[in-house]
Amino acid sequence: MESWRRNRLVFFLVGLPPTFWLVFFFLAPLTIIAAFSFGEKVGVIDIDITGTLDSYLRIFECVPVAGSEGCTQVYLTIFWKSLWEAGLTTFICILVGFPLALMIYFASPRWKPWLLLLIVLPFWTNLLIRTYALIVMLRGNGFINKGLEALWNGADWLTFGALGNFTPLEMMNTDFAVVFGMVYVFLPFTVLPLYAALERLDHSFIEASLDLGAGHLRAFWTVIVPLAMPGIASALIITFIPALGTFLQPDLLGGTDSSLIANVIERQFRSANDWPFGSALSLMLLYITFFVIALQAFFSRRRQQHGREV
Amino acid sequence: MARKPAIAPLEYSRRWSLRSIFIAALVFLYAPIFVLIAFSFSESRRLINIQGFTFDWYGKALENSDLQLAFANSFTIAFLSTAISVVLGAMTALLLWRFRFPLKPVYEGVVVLPIVIPEICLGVALLAFFARIDWPQGLPWPLNLSQITVSHVAFSFPFVAMVVRARLANFNRELEEAAKDLGAGEWPAIRDVIVPHMKPGLIAGGLLAFTLSLDDFVITFFTSGPDTVTFPLKVYSMVRFSVTPEVNAASTILIVITVVLTALAMWLQGRSGKLPSMGH
Repeated sequence: MESWRRNRLVFFLVGLPPTFWLVFFFLAPLTIIAAFSFGEKVGVIDIDITGTLDSYLRIFECVPVAGSEGCTQVYLTIFWKSLWEAGLTTFICILVGFPLALMIYFASPRWKPWLLLLIVLPFWTNLLIRTYALIVMLRGNGFINKGLEALWNGADWLTFGALGNFTPLEMMNTDFAVVFGMVYVFLPFTVLPLYAALERLDHSFIEASLDLGAGHLRAFWTVIVPLAMPGIASALIITFIPALGTFLQPDLLGGTDSSLIANVIERQFRSANDWPFGSALSLMLLYITFFVIALQAFFSRRRQQHGREV
Repeated sequence: MARKPAIAPLEYSRRWSLRSIFIAALVFLYAPIFVLIAFSFSESRRLINIQGFTFDWYGKALENSDLQLAFANSFTIAFLSTAISVVLGAMTALLLWRFRFPLKPVYEGVVVLPIVIPEICLGVALLAFFARIDWPQGLPWPLNLSQITVSHVAFSFPFVAMVVRARLANFNRELEEAAKDLGAGEWPAIRDVIVPHMKPGLIAGGLLAFTLSLDDFVITFFTSGPDTVTFPLKVYSMVRFSVTPEVNAASTILIVITVVLTALAMWLQGRSGKLPSMGH
């Protein structure tokens, strides 16, 4: 690597175009919504940047509930719900993704790339199409209910009609469908970093622990999991952040009260036409994202320092 | 008959428990996609039972002039944004690989930021940006696609930069030195030594940028106008309007195109010695 001073011409010729693009079509747009979030709406499309904090305060606003004395913090509730559903999705994805990553890790070299490809391939299919594909599965007369009905009728026949008729589960337009959709969409995301971390782990560590008398479960918890920790941490991030800002699953699979933060933002910029408020919500989402990334950086640094001491 | 060898302690992949989880996960991941494809051949208009076998829905989808325009738009945007992303990505990779400069860690952070931040934030930010600077509207085709193209480049070229940088990491700098010792100037050395080495990364990064652009929904949703509908946007409005096997046929076409392109990208990337570094 050389200092930029040694070859200024090449440095600027190579550096300026991408920097220009980043500044104009990435940083400038972010700056504009940052400015809008401190603005006020005047007229239909005009926004005055007055430095008001109203849009931020509105996030915490308590809206009175009709017919009762209480009030609910509508937007704050949606933030919590988004965090909770993204967290739940991440947890399920890691729980399911870890065995999948282990399976690929322990597979023979001949099978490894194919198993990995099988997991990654759906990830390359259009996100919208995969979400749409779930509608047919989750509907009242969809494939999951049909499968359950067949099982139910089988059990019913075995127990001489003790179970009665099958009532299809209501899955579409619920929060269940939203989380199901998120797990479906983000699972390949989770498996990749887990597998990448496992791949760096030497088989002999596990052999040694088994030789020294550890059972399979003990070897898993005391050897594999701690050594795969960096992978688990990046799997957490890579699943949680897109899940937190997801738009399509609540939009297509959820019901009217399944909206997550991205849907509220979309509404502010489209139908509600309240750009300052939408900008403030977007910035909050950005801050949460940065906070999560900073947290991960902090823990990974601490882990590294800890590792050096040991 | 040869007996199957006993399962060795570390052959977890041959244990039924891990295998059944893996197979269940594959069913979970693939069943919806296969059902979607199967319905595109179904004769019934309603997506309840797969009946008969027909190519009619493909005919309908291919004759639908809105879909044709959306298809043309998507491909035009993908080609343009890929071309720009590859050039910008290669430049970024070269810059980060070759030079030491003040605030480099900050610059590296900003470069990956478009990959990291939630799509919805970038989408609304670009919408606000184009409205604020009065980006020209109502231009003739294909100039009316410029907003979407510019937006796609903004989130695609960092991906290209990462793929190309990974490729450059195993470049032997002595080759460049040798070229210069033998009298090559700065540009011939880049053109004839470094760029050929980058080539597999450029191709793989380009295909990645192409599929990213072709697939993008959220950012396109916010940066498109009424006359610049792309393929995913059209599919979205069809899903919202009414669900017929025509949507499935259109989706299947897009799935096949993306899978072929991705397989090509992975094959090229595999040849260049590194898997796509997604995640880090």
